[in-house]
Amino acid sequence: MKPAAFEYYAPRTVDEAVALLKAHGDEAKLLAGGQSLVPLMNMRLARPGVIIDLNRTRGLDGLREQRGVLRIGAMVRQRAAERSALVASRCPLLRDALTWVGHPQIRNRGTIGGSVAHADPASEVPAVLAALDGEVVVRGPRGARTIPAAEFFVTYLTTALAPTELLTEVRIPALPRGAGWSWMEIARRHGDFALAGVGVVLALRGRVIGDARIGLTGVGPTPVRARAAEERLVGARPSEALWQEAADAVRAAVEPDGDLHASADYRRHVAGVLTMRALREAFGRAAHTKRKGRGRAA
Amino acid sequence: MATRDIALTINGRAYQGRAEVRKTLADFIREDCGLTGTHLGCEHGVCGACTILMNGEAVRSCLLFAVQAEGADLRTVEGLADGDRLHPIQQAFWENHGLQCGFCTPGFLMTTVEFLRDNPHPTEREIREGLAGNLCRCTGYQNIVKAVAAAAEVLAAAKQGARGRRRTSGHLPAAVKSTPRRRPKVRRAGPARARRRRSGGTTR
Repeated sequence: MKPAAFEYYAPRTVDEAVALLKAHGDEAKLLAGGQSLVPLMNMRLARPGVIIDLNRTRGLDGLREQRGVLRIGAMVRQRAAERSALVASRCPLLRDALTWVGHPQIRNRGTIGGSVAHADPASEVPAVLAALDGEVVVRGPRGARTIPAAEFFVTYLTTALAPTELLTEVRIPALPRGAGWSWMEIARRHGDFALAGVGVVLALRGRVIGDARIGLTGVGPTPVRARAAEERLVGARPSEALWQEAADAVRAAVEPDGDLHASADYRRHVAGVLTMRALREAFGRAAHTKRKGRGRAA
Repeated sequence: MATRDIALTINGRAYQGRAEVRKTLADFIREDCGLTGTHLGCEHGVCGACTILMNGEAVRSCLLFAVQAEGADLRTVEGLADGDRLHPIQQAFWENHGLQCGFCTPGFLMTTVEFLRDNPHPTEREIREGLAGNLCRCTGYQNIVKAVAAAAEVLAAAKQGARGRRRTSGHLPAAVKSTPRRRPKVRRAGPARARRRRSGGTTR
């Protein structure tokens, strides 16, 4: 349970990090929070020849809102985002999802960017990104580019990042005024990987649903956006029957794998149940905000 | 083989060493600094036995390389007790039988230090969630949860007491009086034999 030998670099700037990536190519692995990479290294499932440690790299820890979009530096710790007043007020879905990421000791080190770049199919932050049409900003030898969540997650632990690119920022649209949200998850023990999890945002327009977002984790090789269920919701009047229809659409859309912890059928079933509960909770929050006035659904 | 000089502070004392960059912080603390109170269970971030505080935050020292802690301020289980006097959290674990074999205990203690600092009045559910990242194979957790709840009360009373002392300069409120009363009672309950066992348990 000790990692194989490697060369170690701790670049001070993003440019240095990119230069190191370019020099070492596939041999190199970026070290962010290390809460997924280091276990793999300790078990020798990963044996990178070069470690590029981003923990002393400047300019990756910003957290701000710009024109209705939350911009989160790749190295912002999950715990810092979870405790941020800005995240709580502008992206409460992310805040709630973060409380399910590992354990406090993990979140003290784990980063938002690391979670997204690692792209574990049972992790929370990628599902939030998928649900809210977030983007990631990456830097490579040829400069920066922005990748939408829908294109970023390719399959299990695989993203659109090139080997010479570095994720620098995650962008998540803020919660529209008056919208409600909910994160629901089932894990064997709080903090374990999700057997299934769902994030929902609902905005009302008059008596009907104006906008609906549903992102799921743990039920496929990438985070799943339940578009058929969303389409069923938009324009319809909220009711228990409608939640049920949306949940059925989610069950029909997901193709989870079964494993030691839960069968595929169980995961599909739970995805539906959680969707029901999340829609109920998000609607409760949206309606509540609306009754207080200023209920302009976006 | 890539090695680096590493200088850091543990429990207020400066340590220096030279280590391979692949050496985990946990191994550096145990082997190079000689502080073997930090235990290694799974070495892949699941069991929590190696939890320490790094710059005040609970982290798994098996998932950090020692080189990453260059310049850091660490606190390990050896930094909890004040000489012969156990830290209130240690005392609460002892009094509530929050340990049997004791292997996982250093991790639980360090996790609890951060947990109660951030949440001084937790509910039982919050305690269970706060400790979910630490595994114990002996106790069934019940007494650990009890111990953390008891420690929360003692720490809250002590804090209130400290505030009271400042305010009243000499006149101690009731909450403070309970603290000195507890201590002699505990000393009586722990004769020399038990104290030896206790100090052995923290591998000092």
